[in-house]
Amino acid sequence: MIAIVKEQLTQAGNFSLFIGRFFKEIFVPPFQINEFLRQCYTIGCKSLPLVSITGFIMGLVLTIQSRPTMTKFGAESWLPSMVSLSLIREIAPVVTALICAGKIASGIGAELGSMKVSSQIDAMEVSAVNPYKYLVVTRILATTLMVPLLVIFADLVGIFGGYIGYNIHNTITMSRYFSEVIEHLDYLDLMPATIKTFFFGFFIGVIGCYKGFNASSGTASVGLAANSAVVTASLSIFIVDMLAVQITDLFF
Amino acid sequence: MLKGISFEVNKGEDLVILGRSGSGKSVAIKCLVGLLDPDKGKMEILGTDMTKLTYKELNEIRLKIGFMFQDGALYDSMSVRENLTFTLKHHTRHLTEEDIQQQIMEALDSVGLKEAIDKMPSELSGGMVKRISLARTIIIKPEIIFYDEPTAGLDTITAQEISELILSVQKKYKATSIIITHDMICAKMTGNRIIIIKDGLIHVQGTYEELENSTDQWVRSFFFATN
Repeated sequence: MIAIVKEQLTQAGNFSLFIGRFFKEIFVPPFQINEFLRQCYTIGCKSLPLVSITGFIMGLVLTIQSRPTMTKFGAESWLPSMVSLSLIREIAPVVTALICAGKIASGIGAELGSMKVSSQIDAMEVSAVNPYKYLVVTRILATTLMVPLLVIFADLVGIFGGYIGYNIHNTITMSRYFSEVIEHLDYLDLMPATIKTFFFGFFIGVIGCYKGFNASSGTASVGLAANSAVVTASLSIFIVDMLAVQITDLFF
Repeated sequence: MLKGISFEVNKGEDLVILGRSGSGKSVAIKCLVGLLDPDKGKMEILGTDMTKLTYKELNEIRLKIGFMFQDGALYDSMSVRENLTFTLKHHTRHLTEEDIQQQIMEALDSVGLKEAIDKMPSELSGGMVKRISLARTIIIKPEIIFYDEPTAGLDTITAQEISELILSVQKKYKATSIIITHDMICAKMTGNRIIIIKDGLIHVQGTYEELENSTDQWVRSFFFATN
């Protein structure tokens, strides 16, 4: 029992040092701009199809599922604003972040784990290139920046999915639907939801990198790093979301 | 693992470190390049105590060192060209693209693999990976080259080809070499001096011929197990 607690505390300490090193290295040149842009493309653009499909289905299904209840209460006309608020405030950020945790954190964990096991990180170190700066800083920055953009994209696609879902049983023009959506949207609906996505992105990147960078030797550890990255990143998303909701509730 | 070993390597010398698996040979050279931190002791490379350097100072020394990894350690997301360009682009910003391409071709020519320039590491055989790894090591024209089991995992003929390649690189670049191996043919071909490690200590050292004629049965077992 003591050994388990000791191990967990050591892990927590190492993770804190890992994050601390990120904030130290981020401001020290040389800056790996090309690798950062390449990671933005890999993490952002290559996730667009998945995020689009999920966003569209979220909006469509939410509209179709909510319609009977809203109709029962005579509030069917509130459906566009209800769906868009649900998507923007909670569903799109969390679901998109979970998808990113599955796709991006596991990818980073497996890639860095594989590099660690096959001595590629050591090779980088020996050739006087800082592997933390080249591999870790660029990936964490890319996820921190790309996840919010993906969430905004998922919001838009989700609202469009809601429009399609609404038109299955009713008829509304697109301009009318979107004006209904925008009319009920507030600055406070957008800002806290967007701010928390930066934290989602940061934790997806930092957990994926930490798990991969600290993979032990052996091919089994690569799978373990990828798996552990997904589980831990997903859990961290729920924890960050819970804290973000509490803080938002406290101040607004 | 290592209980206190002490040795010097002169400029231009080719030192072979022999020992059984798990004797600490790889640990020794990983300590020398700063991949592992020794518990205690002093290591000087090019007159600099490696244990007292900052990360920046350590990297300055590393630019004068080449390290050929046991499994090649090529960056598998990059082509051969990108693998060779990687270090150059990070440290020699004054070089033009033309200069870089010229150096890549020169390094590939030295290992006889010009035609593999646009291949990915996954498309290369074990011997080719070792050759490209050697090309990546020599492209920065290091003063010291560490070879970690350069012939491990290769068939006898390919292993001999790699040993011949190391020999030709030693002649061409005149770099000091430290070669970790348990391949006696490689040791005979590439080393001027051999150190044998046993139980974390230097058991014996000398030329190949001196050690081959040693009366120590344990030392002789290295030679007669393969010859």
